[in-house]
Amino acid sequence: MWTRNICIVGVLSLAGVGVAQELRVPASVTAGEETAISTTGNGKATFYLLGPGLANKSEVSLGEEIHLRSQDLRNAGDYLAILCAETCRSSSFYVTAAQPAGLSFLVHPSRVPAGMGEAVSGVALPFDQFHNLVLDPVTVNFQLTAGNASLLSRAVRTQNGVAWFRTNSGKSAGKLQIVATLGAVSSSRAVQQVAADPCNLRIKGLRTPKGIVVETDPVRDCSGNPVPDGTIVTFSAAGADGRSTVDAPIKQGVARAQIEASGPQVISVASGVVMGNELRVGGQP
Amino acid sequence: MKVILPIILVVVTAGLMVLAVFGVGQASGGVATGSVMPGLGGAKAVTPEGAATNFLTQVQRRDWGRAYAALSKASAVDQQSFTQEWTGSNGGLRTFSSLEKFDVRPMHATDADADMRVRLHWTTPVGPVEEVRDFHLNHEGDSWKIVWHKMQMASVPAQVVPVTYLRWDLVSGGADDEWGSHNVDAPRVRIISMNAVDSAEGSVVMGEVVNEDTIPAFVNVNATLVDAAGNPIDDESSFDKIAHILLPKQVSPYRVDFPKISLKNVKNVRMDVKVTLVPASADPVIGVMNQKLDPDAQGKTVLRGELLNQSGQTVNIPHVIASFYDNTGKVVWVADGYVDRALLPQSTEPFAVEIPKSLAGKVQNFHVLVNQYSMEKS
Repeated sequence: MWTRNICIVGVLSLAGVGVAQELRVPASVTAGEETAISTTGNGKATFYLLGPGLANKSEVSLGEEIHLRSQDLRNAGDYLAILCAETCRSSSFYVTAAQPAGLSFLVHPSRVPAGMGEAVSGVALPFDQFHNLVLDPVTVNFQLTAGNASLLSRAVRTQNGVAWFRTNSGKSAGKLQIVATLGAVSSSRAVQQVAADPCNLRIKGLRTPKGIVVETDPVRDCSGNPVPDGTIVTFSAAGADGRSTVDAPIKQGVARAQIEASGPQVISVASGVVMGNELRVGGQP
Repeated sequence: MKVILPIILVVVTAGLMVLAVFGVGQASGGVATGSVMPGLGGAKAVTPEGAATNFLTQVQRRDWGRAYAALSKASAVDQQSFTQEWTGSNGGLRTFSSLEKFDVRPMHATDADADMRVRLHWTTPVGPVEEVRDFHLNHEGDSWKIVWHKMQMASVPAQVVPVTYLRWDLVSGGADDEWGSHNVDAPRVRIISMNAVDSAEGSVVMGEVVNEDTIPAFVNVNATLVDAAGNPIDDESSFDKIAHILLPKQVSPYRVDFPKISLKNVKNVRMDVKVTLVPASADPVIGVMNQKLDPDAQGKTVLRGELLNQSGQTVNIPHVIASFYDNTGKVVWVADGYVDRALLPQSTEPFAVEIPKSLAGKVQNFHVLVNQYSMEKS
């Protein structure tokens, strides 16, 4: 920006101050479209066009239109046209983004426990074909589906080029498909809904010649989703011999451990910060 | 001059040799301390302390023949088992360790037998490890000999152990992926308790951390001590006082040490958990059996127990991390210890973790976690 200002100041000071020519810029220009700037006066002049990522210099004839090529107006933003003969005159105009041609869509998180409030959020940003953010309000449709069931359908107007939503996660584990649509443009993302913390963790035990085999009932969350295999379940057995603990992973929905203890034991179970029931197992006969 | 210098060197060398021969093995009373002096040793042990010192000097030098020769006839061990006990096997921690120094302290002595307590200082890849052993010696002929009892080594019969273990693999997206389309969030990990205390060595920040997610996490806990003006005093990480790989819903103790910093100067503690998604395996499952708080031979309170490898994979270096709770459920100490022998499939190894004397009375409950290093995985 400062280089542009230095350039402007330099051009103006070199040319001195005068009122020999005028230039008239268009009221609004769309990115990627050709346009023209009309001029008044006679003779030759130097034309400068400064814009986002652009600095052009050309020789023009005063009194004729200056044609601005579409490739010079691809970036949305403020442009400054400077026309210098004996003196310099300048005028600015704004190039707005073209029609939305793409949608950047961010969804967070990529993985969410089922049945969690306000846990899924998404942000959509419309861009034109030249990757300019479309600031004019447009309507983005957000659709959330889990399996064949539609969980949410919401039309949101963009504000300053951004449309967003926030919603609860679904009740069942699995893939949550999220689609943002703007006219013919759409973008889809997937969020993995996983089981939440175990609920009603219950164990049963059986004394064997080698000790006690203890296993959980199928471990599920409060919505009934099976807790994923590999989740650690901690079994603790307390007896006269001391305490024994086994961190066992859930396999096929059930966690199982063998505890080597001969005397009567009180066995408890936990997974993360969730506690389960207590079990009393008598000593070896 | 050309003649005098070699003569002086020869005389000094001979003097040192004589000093070593009569110095080592002649300690009487107090504590005898040993270190290797190459080329010496094997002198007849006329005192129990000298016998123990000579024996450990041979062990230090890995001269197993001479060390074995220092054993009593009453010893029930063959040389191979004896050597294996000192050198380790199956890629256990002992196989990577060397005896740096030792102290010998007499416990009891008569003309016929004696008991010595030896403190062995090992250098290992995981830091210095101290081991305390009691030696029983018999006076046989004109010298003292060590009675050695064969250590029970786990013997695993040939078998097939079916393991339907779970594993998490990571698939990275391609470089041409659209922005924001294939990101996988880091696992959700939370510190569930934190306690800062002053200890003899400095300040200690400890507590527990849980992986709340459904995928494994690589976890590191960092703590920063902040003074009253808001300036950081020091920052440290939990290093090996944590189980770095946490499987879903697994809870690990952590401890961050700040040596030589008193809590008096600390106004605030900033905690930071660094979490990364990593591939992991749910195997092996290691049970911690018969955990008990007991006083050891030196009167210190230790948590003892046995590790039971319930899988078919050898765990080369088992690492035990324990959190100790007071009667309100607050974590009052976190201690760890390495087991120097490999944990073979379907076998057990004892472990012991020490807790400070000042906390022994407060401890009401404890939780033990086993971290494991296996060569097959690295």
